[in-house]
Amino acid sequence: MNKRFALKLLTACVIAAVSTVGFAQNVIKIANIIELSGGGASAGTNFKNGVELAVKEINAAGGILGKKIQTSTADTQSNPGVAKGLTQKVIDEDVFAIFGPVFSGSIMVSMAESRRAGVPNFTGGEAASITEQGNPFVFRTSFTQATAMPKVARYISDQAKLKSIAVIYVNNDFGKGGLDMIKKALANSTTKIVAEISTEPSQVDFSAAVLRSKQSNADGVFVYSNEEESARLLRELRKQGWTKPVIGETTLTGQKVIELAGDAANGAVAHVGLTVDAPLPAIRAFRAKFEKEYKYISDHNGMKGYSGVYILKAAIEKAGKLDRKAVADVLHTLKVRAADHPGVLMDVAFDSKGDLDRESFMIEVKNGQQVVVATLPPLSGQIGGSASNAAKVAPAKK
Amino acid sequence: MTDFLQLFLSGLATGSIYALAALGFTLLWQASGTINFAQGEFVMLPAFMMLGFMSLGAPMLVSVVCTVLLAVVLLGWVFKRGLVDPLFKYGMMPIVVATIGLSIAMRNGVRAGYSAEAHPFPSLFADKIYNIAGVTVTLQDIGTFSLALVIVMATQAFLAKTVTGRAMQAVAQNTESASVLGINVPRMIFYTFAINAVLAVAAAMLVTPTYLAKFDMGEGLGNKAFFAAIIGGFNNSRGALLGGLIVGVCENLAAAYISPAYKDAVALVIFMVVILFKPQGLLGKKEERKV
Amino acid sequence: MKLLQHKVGLAFTLAAAALLLVAPQYLKNYGVYLLSYWLVFVIAIMGLNLTTGYAGQKSLGHAAFFGIGAYTVAILMKAGFSFWLGLPAAALICFVVGLVLGFPALRVQAIYLAFATLGFNTAIWLVMRNEEWLTGGTFGINNITRPALWGYSLEGNRPYYYFVLAVTLVMAGLLWGLLRSPWGKAFKALRDNPIRAESLGIDIRNYTLLSFAIGAVYAGVAGALFASLVQFIEPAPFTVGASIMMYLMVVVGGAGYFLGPVLGAAVGVVLPEWMRDVPGVAAWYLPIFGSAVVLMMVWLPDGLLSIPDRLKERRAAREASALRAANAAKMKARS
Repeated sequence: MNKRFALKLLTACVIAAVSTVGFAQNVIKIANIIELSGGGASAGTNFKNGVELAVKEINAAGGILGKKIQTSTADTQSNPGVAKGLTQKVIDEDVFAIFGPVFSGSIMVSMAESRRAGVPNFTGGEAASITEQGNPFVFRTSFTQATAMPKVARYISDQAKLKSIAVIYVNNDFGKGGLDMIKKALANSTTKIVAEISTEPSQVDFSAAVLRSKQSNADGVFVYSNEEESARLLRELRKQGWTKPVIGETTLTGQKVIELAGDAANGAVAHVGLTVDAPLPAIRAFRAKFEKEYKYISDHNGMKGYSGVYILKAAIEKAGKLDRKAVADVLHTLKVRAADHPGVLMDVAFDSKGDLDRESFMIEVKNGQQVVVATLPPLSGQIGGSASNAAKVAPAKK
Repeated sequence: MTDFLQLFLSGLATGSIYALAALGFTLLWQASGTINFAQGEFVMLPAFMMLGFMSLGAPMLVSVVCTVLLAVVLLGWVFKRGLVDPLFKYGMMPIVVATIGLSIAMRNGVRAGYSAEAHPFPSLFADKIYNIAGVTVTLQDIGTFSLALVIVMATQAFLAKTVTGRAMQAVAQNTESASVLGINVPRMIFYTFAINAVLAVAAAMLVTPTYLAKFDMGEGLGNKAFFAAIIGGFNNSRGALLGGLIVGVCENLAAAYISPAYKDAVALVIFMVVILFKPQGLLGKKEERKV
Repeated sequence: MKLLQHKVGLAFTLAAAALLLVAPQYLKNYGVYLLSYWLVFVIAIMGLNLTTGYAGQKSLGHAAFFGIGAYTVAILMKAGFSFWLGLPAAALICFVVGLVLGFPALRVQAIYLAFATLGFNTAIWLVMRNEEWLTGGTFGINNITRPALWGYSLEGNRPYYYFVLAVTLVMAGLLWGLLRSPWGKAFKALRDNPIRAESLGIDIRNYTLLSFAIGAVYAGVAGALFASLVQFIEPAPFTVGASIMMYLMVVVGGAGYFLGPVLGAAVGVVLPEWMRDVPGVAAWYLPIFGSAVVLMMVWLPDGLLSIPDRLKERRAAREASALRAANAAKMKARS
């Protein structure tokens, strides 16, 4: 019966491991539940690095309300089921707030747990449905597709003046949500969607997808997929000689995508909520600090993580106490200005659903670099009321 | 029509990569009864070896040579002595399980030890695009297909025409008689493993520029190579080429004309049909059932 | 029963039983959840152990049945039916599908059977992923509730654990009975030498089909419990990779040993979780697991539970050679 014994030993170890959780109450515990492998690895790793950089800075400056922040990190493997289990686990460990997952599919599942336990959960996910579940504890660190897509649509019909467009999207929560939103946004415009081409996550061969876009005779293509797939798509588009406009969202022109796609990325235009190349002092400072710490240039996910922690800090300081419910309530009406809290990188306002509103940018990739060609104001007007020089369309600066 | 040609040609390029992996798979099976479930990872690892050598500053050609040597040692000799030899006498399933464990270890070892992200990979061919009668092909596609074809033909020629090659075939067909005839059986088997390693390196060089070097690139490739080997004929080397090309082309056509979501089903359906009606594969020979 | 013959064995068994009953009181939410997760897999692996370990049918498609069970319950519950309808429905559907899968097994041998089951698994997974109208596609089915038993809600982790434990014990008991009966002997005959078995009058066809069907039922029941445990079902846990892991769990525990699944599931499910918490190991737990499997195959190809048998063999071999040496010395002395 030694096998049974070994098994019991194992169980005992599990018990031991689970119960050796730190109990120090004068730290603020934050959990990073994040994609460190699988399709979301690059997004998740950048997000986590951003969070940890912010935590390091805040701790060096004395912490929040005099308490230091302690982070723990767990890998969801880009799997929603794992994310859910991990969320349960960190809730057992009594964390104050959870950061992640980044992938919309994962947060949609794991936030049921953080909601049940009343733990504020910041996410990098962009699918519109995330904030439509009535969950008072979920908060974004980037635009919802419901805010972003109208801006893209405006660009497509008014500035690029495309009469028809083919949409290549990825077949998951994120991609489908984006497809629905762009359809809604373009419904009353002069641009018609002539093809909706679905692709799979982690797909490698895009020749059929590009071929179908060509066959549809669209004036341009709107690409909405995750980072690696976007890189492969860009290469395939170039390979098949596509010379018409390629338009996308943040995931199309991220640093990693440019690195993976090489020359094929040039000419792509995207609407981005966050970019390290934005000509704003707070963002420039972040970019330099991140590069110094991690020896590579961050992408927008790093900015999401970084600004998220500072937003949490601003909310806790405004609430004045470490009470999860109180902080969540404060977050629902929070307006933070970058001038007061440079860590949030840009003026930001939250609403009752957990969505945020900020400026955004139109980016074009030129010579392997992201170049800001336009700055778009927040949907609800300037934040904080006083003049901010972002309402103008600024010319390319780099 | 040009669309069909376009898909057909890019399918040939992808298929020839499957064929290389499938060929190694088939050779291992023939020579030593090893079903290598880690074949996909055997292609992934050389890709990262290349990246490693190049990051140390070695020029591309030198890196290729170093990778081939390292692969032959690790994926050939160490694999054979460490895993296959001890398990040979226990039959097929322990080897299968061990190679499964090996694939898990390799895949996640690279993830933990190197990086979880995708990396760009240099291409052997210059970045040129040709437009022939409305069909765009890259130099990469043409090069991949030609090179794979050359390698498969060379392997076939080696096996059929040289003394060593024929000795290897003898070992595959009847190990006992071969040793009675004075053939150094363990060495012949080692040569098979070495050839598999070289084929894996070749596949890595051809496929990684498109797939991007990532720790899990081996999974899909391994599956497809596996299907391709069975479809073409598990006990015939030319079958591997045929199987690979069939899978590559049919997938592309299915993705465009039927549905992108069921693209993977194509290889599967052909595979199931072959398994049920002609288990030895399209070009394979029927194996006797031992009682 | 061997279990009861050894006093030490009995003591250990009682200790194990006590621990299983009492442990959840000392564990937090996640720990209890993990134990339930482990038990669910024990049931599934028991099924695979029957098909592969006892009947010798190499099946690499077990996760598909697991998935069919899970989706059956998820879909029925979303449509408003009770879990108590879903559970038997899952078992029945899996039985039928298992029979169907058994047919190719009659045509193809050994390694080709493994390939065919692999193909079956991929096909099922593709349907799960693509048929959104039925399965929710990649989004899966979310917010599956836990059932209530005679008015007593099983929503909490602890009550659900005890429920799963009860089901596990029942299924294990049924399997024990099956294996001790003539059917069990027929399965073993099928594994060891099918042609000889046929010559002795065993209907190979029926037993082959049954071994798949019964194994599938176990996986289906496990899948049904899984759906309510995790409360979110999507295609990812039912891929070929998952089937392969299940096969690994059978082999690691010891194919053909009754308690193999218990140990195998612990190694496959609990051990990675535990290793994840050990500082410094975190990212390396999968490579270590993979390497451990390789080493284990080289040294213990019959699985962990073969250790006692091997020790016995070694002892017997030593005694035999000692006896031989003694006899040889005696003969030398005489001559």
